[in-house]
Amino acid sequence: MLIKTARDIKNSEITPENIFRDRRRILAAGLAAGLLPGIGLDTEAALPSSISLDKTKPWPNSLDEEHSDFDDVTGYNNYYEFGTGKTDPARYAHTLVTDPWSIKVEGEAENTGTFTLEDILRPHSFEERVYRLRCVEAWSAVVPWVGFPLADLLKRFAPTSKAKYVKFFTLYEPSQMPGLRYPVLEWPYREGLTIAEAMNPLSLMAIGLYGQALPNQNGAPLRLVVPWKYGFKSIKSIVRIRFQESQPGTSWNKAIPQEYGFYSNVNPRVDHPRWSQASERRIGGSLFSARTPTLMFNGYEAEVAHLYRDLDLVRNY
Amino acid sequence: MTRSLIAPLKIIACLACLAPFVWLLLRAFAIGPLDLGANPVEEVLHTLGKSGLNILLITLTITPLRRLTGLHWLVALRRMLGLFSFAYLSLHFLTYITLDWGFAWNSLIVDIIARPYITVGFTGLVLMLPLAVTSTNRMQKRLGRKWVKLHRLIYVIAPLGILHFYWQGIRDPFEPLVYVGIVTLLLGLRILYWIGKRRMTGKS
Repeated sequence: MLIKTARDIKNSEITPENIFRDRRRILAAGLAAGLLPGIGLDTEAALPSSISLDKTKPWPNSLDEEHSDFDDVTGYNNYYEFGTGKTDPARYAHTLVTDPWSIKVEGEAENTGTFTLEDILRPHSFEERVYRLRCVEAWSAVVPWVGFPLADLLKRFAPTSKAKYVKFFTLYEPSQMPGLRYPVLEWPYREGLTIAEAMNPLSLMAIGLYGQALPNQNGAPLRLVVPWKYGFKSIKSIVRIRFQESQPGTSWNKAIPQEYGFYSNVNPRVDHPRWSQASERRIGGSLFSARTPTLMFNGYEAEVAHLYRDLDLVRNY
Repeated sequence: MTRSLIAPLKIIACLACLAPFVWLLLRAFAIGPLDLGANPVEEVLHTLGKSGLNILLITLTITPLRRLTGLHWLVALRRMLGLFSFAYLSLHFLTYITLDWGFAWNSLIVDIIARPYITVGFTGLVLMLPLAVTSTNRMQKRLGRKWVKLHRLIYVIAPLGILHFYWQGIRDPFEPLVYVGIVTLLLGLRILYWIGKRRMTGKS
């Protein structure tokens, strides 16, 4: 379905396969030699033992841009269930228990039920997709996610014609998530997409980043990534998927409806009521890095603009 | 409190006011394990703004504290604290113009006019300017009673600053609420005192 031609990736840019396959041993050796910080490996959530990231293939349409720093992507997060400060999730998300993990699928679909994470992941092969991530707060990053198309997952449940929307829920576990004490948002965290958005080839079910399993603070063990929307729509730590007829209520829209809409497409022409969305700041820059202009649909206009042809994007922010 | 003790007290207060700035510099130059994190400009803006706001609130505690404890020498610190607050907030604004917007004057002016939280912040800072300029002993003598009236502007500036902090709400949404509480308390104490005085002296 992707219309645009794949960018030519120079052969010299492709990691030689033997090194790619050997990367864990190389990293471990580097770690042992004291050449690498051990931060990332400490926070790696365990995926089911039968699930391996070794066969991850690079996605041909990945961004050609430099990845953000691993430490920045795993250290600067909005995950209010673990605190509202940007460094809180990295500091406190270690209490999240990601194994065992199950996902309840319900609503307008033929194959509903409760599935273990292993059931969910086993049939899929994984890709590394380098996506832009744009937070509504006007900062952004370039993240090499590991995952598989959401469409491939949802098709397994055979949604009926009544399924116009898909709703997702994050884990709600006060014993593991200290931030749930504060009614900042309506808990559990919930988000939603139209069925067309969910079935778009860009919508990703992510289980890893930078070649390893998702750290807890990034939404372990399974999260959504919709790169053309503001980051809060890419819901983390999913435990429930519901197919429904009516537009789902979403946590941020319920909290501040005039600021956060259902669609929340990245749009430099539609400002947030309190700040401009015309530019953004890439994280991991220096004090002197300039802001960069925000792209329509976060640069994914070719892939998703058709979804909104008849939609007033100012009214449907 | 004898006069000879005020000087060392001022030095201590001065060092305390400089500490956040020194700490910020250490982080900016990545001394040791210190750094500014993934979003350094935002971090600098936040630290300078908060330091300025914190010191501003401390200046507002001096009068209630003096009335409660009778320690009149506290007033000797107020000018220095006020100027430090102004310095931090000016740097905060300067950072905003330079590092955040890179002198993009158009975007800057749009921001100041069209974003309410920036409008109130900018207004608060502009209102601080006459206070900073008239902070000298000579100015105080020249203006006399008008000086007291002028410096009551701080009762407008402080709430504007809190509103600015509350409205930008990008970081922790709870932190600004604490400040709202503190300012309410500090200004509330003054209102209570004023009511009490009027009652005692009889309505004029």
